[in-house]
Amino acid sequence: MPFNIYDFSGTTKAVDQFLYSTMSPTWAFVVELAIVGIIILLVYAVVGLYLVYAERKVCAFMQNRVGPNRVGKWGLIQTIADLIKLLMKELVVIRKADQLLFNIAPFILIIASFMAIAAIPFAKGLQAVDFNIGVFYMMAVSSIGVIGTLLAGWSSNSKYSLIGAIRSGAQVVSYELSVGLSLLAVVIFSGSMQLSVIIESQANGWWIFKGHIPAIIAFVMFLVASTAEINRGPFDLAEAESELTAGFHTEYSGIRFAFFFLGEYMNMFIVASLAATVFLGGWMPLHIGNLAGFNHVMDFIPPIVWYFGKTVFIIYVIMWFKWTFPRLRIDQLLTLEWKYLLPINLVNILVIAFIVLMGWYIK
Amino acid sequence: MQEVEFSDILTAQEDGDYIVNIGPQHPSTHGVMRFVVSLKGEMLDYVVPHCGYIHRGIEKMCERMTYPQIIHLTDRMDYLSAHMNNEAVSILVEKALGVEVPERVKYIRTILSELQRIASHQLWWAAFGMDMGGLTCFFYGLRDREKILDIFEESFGSRLLHSFICPGGLMGDIHPNFQKRTKEFITYFRKKLPEYDQLLTGNIIFEQRTKGMGIMSKEDAISFGATGPTGRGSNFACDIRKKFPYSAYDKVDFKEILYTEGDSWARYKVRVDEMWESMKIIEQLIDNIPEGDYSTKMKPIIKLPEGEYSQRVETAKGDLGVFVVSKGEKYPYRMHFRTPNFSNLFVISQLCKGNKIADLIAISGSLDLVIPDIDR
Repeated sequence: MPFNIYDFSGTTKAVDQFLYSTMSPTWAFVVELAIVGIIILLVYAVVGLYLVYAERKVCAFMQNRVGPNRVGKWGLIQTIADLIKLLMKELVVIRKADQLLFNIAPFILIIASFMAIAAIPFAKGLQAVDFNIGVFYMMAVSSIGVIGTLLAGWSSNSKYSLIGAIRSGAQVVSYELSVGLSLLAVVIFSGSMQLSVIIESQANGWWIFKGHIPAIIAFVMFLVASTAEINRGPFDLAEAESELTAGFHTEYSGIRFAFFFLGEYMNMFIVASLAATVFLGGWMPLHIGNLAGFNHVMDFIPPIVWYFGKTVFIIYVIMWFKWTFPRLRIDQLLTLEWKYLLPINLVNILVIAFIVLMGWYIK
Repeated sequence: MQEVEFSDILTAQEDGDYIVNIGPQHPSTHGVMRFVVSLKGEMLDYVVPHCGYIHRGIEKMCERMTYPQIIHLTDRMDYLSAHMNNEAVSILVEKALGVEVPERVKYIRTILSELQRIASHQLWWAAFGMDMGGLTCFFYGLRDREKILDIFEESFGSRLLHSFICPGGLMGDIHPNFQKRTKEFITYFRKKLPEYDQLLTGNIIFEQRTKGMGIMSKEDAISFGATGPTGRGSNFACDIRKKFPYSAYDKVDFKEILYTEGDSWARYKVRVDEMWESMKIIEQLIDNIPEGDYSTKMKPIIKLPEGEYSQRVETAKGDLGVFVVSKGEKYPYRMHFRTPNFSNLFVISQLCKGNKIADLIAISGSLDLVIPDIDR
């Protein structure tokens, strides 16, 4: 089997050909789906758990603490131990709760983030589905998650949960606009919604550099709006532990709580990788125009390292927000979106359209 | 806002009000405090504080205890101002007996009180940041408070409930390292206090959450009896250290911090500025502690002459008044503590008027409530 760290398409094609040559096309298709599903599930679990670990370490770093350091070397398997603990915990049944909705809510949240992972290009040729409307798909799928949040708050028959869920609904629906509009900026630049095409269009420089100031504005907008969309601090009003104890997942226990927890971290990962893909070139190494020598040196670093490097950087920035800023109030949050972010984004889109029309950006 | 009785709340509930209990077990009430909150969406309709969940009857217990024993109960009221609480009872007993304590005792009492005030404000700052959702503040505050607690631990073995100041002087002499370590702490904290400003004070979110929120007028402060930094944020000059100096406060030069806005921001600024002032007071005294005894000789059984006595001190939270009726026995006939937090708490119904549920947490944080002091 050919294996090339710089291009995974050879490997995937070889697996594909092997499967279709050994069994009937229907079976080959089913097996392929299963393989992809299992791989994504594994990636999901590992990335989710290690994001929790990373968060704890970053937060400890911000707060003059050490963080987890007992279970395993540097506490590396601490979160796995936590997960095992959560798996074995009792699932508390809430009387007078809507049992059906209460039980499916965490799954809706986790399925939404699971589906979004499918479209993420991890490296060259390492992408499960390459839609021609990839950006649109990611937006659509990631916003299903809010239904899980709303259901969780509604069904658990708790006042804290309900307030948290209503807040979350208002917040996510508002900020989705800004997320979409800031992504639209790069869609206009690159002329495509397909994630692979967007990455290819950054072969001579990332959009954040090529797109002048409007692209930088769009990037900052995306970071702010998406932090709000995934309910993370300083916009974590849905949880707001100092006001609502734990917001929409107050009544959840055991593995159902872990699902919410993992789902939240995976949403952060999805948002960070979308930002990395759209604004920072995804797996595309840092290329500067026609500087062939420099570009060649950069090409030696494997794309998967570039991808994870950028994603981790953005995740760090998002964590940085959370651990240094106090929380906003709900009216301030909505004011920020409807009075500042949205108008700025709309104007920004107009400016970008004008720049693209005149061809003033770096091609 | 109309006056709300508990029976009204029960009837209001039937009318379809959305009643949420913040507490008794809630992360932001800093103890077993319960706010009955009626919500209209996110807006607060009314807030009714209910206290008494950890009432221990300290005032009643005092009636069966000798004065040196009472000291140990006062620690457990406002545990963040343990020294000041001890000091209040001690000064009361000394005044009633006409005992003059050595200068050394007065100086050390003042230094300890001011160290305790800094520690209390640090913990308040930490918890206030956490109420706002900035968890990092909590660790910054506790990191520096630890230094003060270490000094305390070295000198008298305890970190929280000291019972170090007693009628007649102190329980023992300070540790030989006390002066050195206190000076080290001051130099350390002068560098660290600007960090507090960097983390919270200049933050735009923090400013939006506190400026103009929970405005308390000077009239309100006076009529509710809100003292300490809470009252001084509303331009109510109520610093007992200035008005009725005790211990060594008449020998030191310090400013009474006053802000006129009366909002959460003003209360925040008062406390941060007070930390600077406390450091100034300590610096003036720490090198000049006179030599001498750490205690005067008291009778083995202290009996207060018949009569009524009172003493006020400025704790970290405000004006602590102690009132004793004595029948000439070794136990007080009646004892009353006018605790600052009890008065400060009940302003909250007024302050939360027309605000949102998140503001309730921010405003109650800015009042710096210690629940055992409310319930005592």
